[in-house]
Amino acid sequence: MAATTSERPKGAKLNLYGGWRAAWPFLLPSFLGFLFFFLIPSVRGIYLSFTDWNLIANDGDWVGMENYDRMVDDPLFWNAVKVTAYYVTLNIVTQTILAIMIAVAMDRLTKSSVVRSVIMLPYLIPNVVVALIFVWLLNSNLGIIADLFSFFGIDSNYFAGPDAVIPTIAGINTWRHMGYTALLIFAGLQTIPKSLYEAAALDGASELQMMRNITVPLLRPVLALVLVITVIGSFQVFDTVQVATGGFGGRPGGPGDSSRVIYVYIYELAFGRNELGRSSAIAVALLVFLMFVTFFQLKILRANESDLA
Amino acid sequence: MKNWRNLLALLLAFGLIAAACGSDSSTDSASESDASSEDSSSDDSSSDDEAMEDDDAMEDEDGDAMADDEPAGDAITIDYWLWDGNQQPFYEQCAADFTAANPNIEVVVSQFGWGDYWDGLTAAFATRTAPDVFTDHLARYPEFVESGVLVPLNDFVEADGVDVTNYFPGLAELWTSPEGERYGLPKDWDTIALVVNDDMAAAAGSPDLSNLTWNPEDGGTFGEAVKAMTVDGNGVRGNEDGFDASTMGDDSAVYGFGLEGNFGAFGQTTFSAFAASNGWTAVDGVWADEANYADPALAETIQWFADWIAAGFITPIADVQELGGTTLFQTGKAAMQTNGSWMISTLSGDATEVPVSYAPTPVGPAGARASMFNGLADSITASAEDPAAAWEWVKYMASPACQEVVGGGAVVFPAIPSATKIAQDAHAANGVDVSAFTTHVDDNTTFLFPITDSASAIEAIVGPAMESVLRGDATAADILPGIAEQVNAELAG
Repeated sequence: MAATTSERPKGAKLNLYGGWRAAWPFLLPSFLGFLFFFLIPSVRGIYLSFTDWNLIANDGDWVGMENYDRMVDDPLFWNAVKVTAYYVTLNIVTQTILAIMIAVAMDRLTKSSVVRSVIMLPYLIPNVVVALIFVWLLNSNLGIIADLFSFFGIDSNYFAGPDAVIPTIAGINTWRHMGYTALLIFAGLQTIPKSLYEAAALDGASELQMMRNITVPLLRPVLALVLVITVIGSFQVFDTVQVATGGFGGRPGGPGDSSRVIYVYIYELAFGRNELGRSSAIAVALLVFLMFVTFFQLKILRANESDLA
Repeated sequence: MKNWRNLLALLLAFGLIAAACGSDSSTDSASESDASSEDSSSDDSSSDDEAMEDDDAMEDEDGDAMADDEPAGDAITIDYWLWDGNQQPFYEQCAADFTAANPNIEVVVSQFGWGDYWDGLTAAFATRTAPDVFTDHLARYPEFVESGVLVPLNDFVEADGVDVTNYFPGLAELWTSPEGERYGLPKDWDTIALVVNDDMAAAAGSPDLSNLTWNPEDGGTFGEAVKAMTVDGNGVRGNEDGFDASTMGDDSAVYGFGLEGNFGAFGQTTFSAFAASNGWTAVDGVWADEANYADPALAETIQWFADWIAAGFITPIADVQELGGTTLFQTGKAAMQTNGSWMISTLSGDATEVPVSYAPTPVGPAGARASMFNGLADSITASAEDPAAAWEWVKYMASPACQEVVGGGAVVFPAIPSATKIAQDAHAANGVDVSAFTTHVDDNTTFLFPITDSASAIEAIVGPAMESVLRGDATAADILPGIAEQVNAELAG
C-alpha cells in the first residue's frame, strides 16, 4: 500500500477525497448510533430540563430555569449528591487499588490465559443478576455470606441498614468491576519494558520499591484513562441500587434516603413522580459535572504524556 | 469544501428521518384502523356468518354511535392490564365469557407485579403503548386525570343507564372528580383486619382477640396480646419477668406483631387502622389540598410503633425491608400482623403452613375501630383504539355477571353486594371466617382512601421520615411537623 501511494502521480488532493469516500461506510454505523442514541436524546434531554414535561401526557410548557432553581433548593437532590459522592469514593478507591494489585500479580506471576479470563468473570454477569443474587447472599437472616461474616463477629443488615447499604453496594460493584479494571491496567503494564525491572532487581530493589518507582509512574497515562472510565461509570450507578435496595420489602433508594443515588433519584422523579423536567435538569447537571471531572482528571494526571518517551 | 456540503446534506437528511420517526405516532391511530379492517376482511372470511350475526347483535344492544363507525365483522382486541396474579384466572374467565357474548371483541389480559405495573404504565403512556383498559388505583388515578389520559365515562354511563347505586355505598363516588367526571366503574373493595397465627395464639393462652382495644399509651388489650405472643430467644414471653429484648435476634424468637411493610405516607395495611382509631384523618375529604401530618394523633401512633419495636415486641423495620412483612408472618417470625382482605386467599391458601384466623382491628381512643376503605376500578385510556368496545368490557367487569365469577374465586370482595355475598360464601366453604373484614362495612367503621393529586410526591416525602422514626433515629413528634409543611406545600403547589 505504501508503494502505491508514493507512485500516485501529482493528484494528492484526489487522494484525500478518495480517503473520505472509503471512510464513510466505516464511519456511518457508529455515526448513526452517535446521532440517534446520543446526540438527539441529549439535546432533547437538555430541552426537557427547561420544561415542566409530564411524561404521562407527553406534553409540557417552557418554564425557563425553574427546574434548576428547584434542584438547588431540593434537600433530596443534595442528599443524592452526598450519597453518590460517598459511593464513588469507596468504590473507586477500593476498586483501583485491588485492580492494580491483581494486574501486577497477573503480570508477574502467571501467563495463563485461563486465569486471565477467570478474573474477568464477575464483569460478565449482568448487574441486575448480581444484585438479585446478593440480596439473597447478604440477607441478614438467610444469607450465606452474611452468616460467614457473622461467624467472624460482623453483624449487619447490609441492604436494609442505613449506614451499611452504600458500603455494601460499593463492595459488590468493586467485586464486579475489579477484574475488568485489572485487565485494562494489565494491558498498560505490558507496555513497561521488562529491562527496567531487571535493572532494578540487579540494583537490589525490593518489589515494593519497584512498584512505587517503576510501575506506578510509568502506568500513569493508562491509570488516568482507567480512572476517567471508572469514575464516570461509578457516578452512574443505578441498577444495583434499584434492584438490591428494592429487595423483598424495601424501597429503591432505601432504607430512608440512604442509598438514593443521583440516578435513582432521576428515575424516581421521571417515572415515579412524573416530573420529567426536574429529572432532566438533574441529569443535565450530572452531565456538566462529569465533563468537568473528566477534564480535570485528564489535566491533573497529564494523561497525554508518558514518562517512557 | 464539497465534502462538508455533503456532510451537511447528510445531517439534514438524518434530521428529516428523525422527524418522520417522531411524527409517526400521531398518524398511527388513523392508519391502524384502516389496516385492521383490511386484515379482517382477508383473514376472517371463514367466520363471515358469525361476523354478520354479531354485527346485528351489537346494533340491537346499544346502537352506539361509536360502535357504528366500525366496519362489519371487524375484530377488536382490547388490551387489559391488572396487577393481582391471584385474580388473573377469574378475569380471564370473565374475558372468555365476554368474548362469547361479543364475538367481535377479544380481550387480552396481562398481569404485572405491583411495582412494575405503575412504572410500566407510566412508560406505556409516554410511548403511546398504554392498554385500552386497566385496573386503576385510588392513589394513582388523580395524576392520570390531571395528565388527561383517561376517558370520562359519564356519557357511556348515561347512554347505557348503568345504575351506580348498585355498588356498595361510596365506592362509585370515589372515582368521580370534583368536576363530576367519572373515571372508573368499581370492581371491588377492601378493608383491613388483624391476621393471627392460631398456633402462636394458642401457645400464648388463646387471648380473646374478638374485641381488642388499643391506645398509644400502653397499647390496651391489643398490646397485652402482642406482649403475650412475643417470645424472646430464651423462651421467655413478653409479659413475663426476665424478658430480654436483646435476644430477639435469635432464630427462635417470635415477635408478637409484625409490620406488613414500609409505613409509607398512608399506611393502608400498617398504621392507618391504628392512627384512624386514634382520631387521625390523612386528608379532610376527597381531593383535599391540605393533609394532617402535623396532627399529634398521628405522631402518638407512629411513636407507639417505634417504641414497641425498640422494646422487642414488633418486628424491626430492617427485617421487614429485607424479607417482607408477610414473609415474616408466614415463616413464624411474627405472631400477628395487619393485612388487607385481598390477601385472604394467599394467607389462608393451601401453600401456607401457618394456620391463620382473622380478628377485627382494635377499638382505639376515638371509640371505634377503623379501616381504610379502598376500592379499585377499571379505567379506559384516552389512547384506547375503540372506546366503545372498551366501555363494553368495563361495563361487563362492573356487572354482576363478571363480579360473581370473581367473587366465586374467593380472592377479593366485589363491588356489588350480591357478588360479595358469593365471595363470603366461597370463603366460608373454604373454612375461612372473613367477618373481621366485613364487619367494618356492616358497622360503618371505614374511612376513605386519601385521594390527592400528588400521592407519589407525598409518598416520597413522608416514607423516609416514617422509616427514620421506626428505626429510632428520630421521634415522631420532632419530625412530622416539618414533614407536614413539605406535604402541604406540595399539595398547594
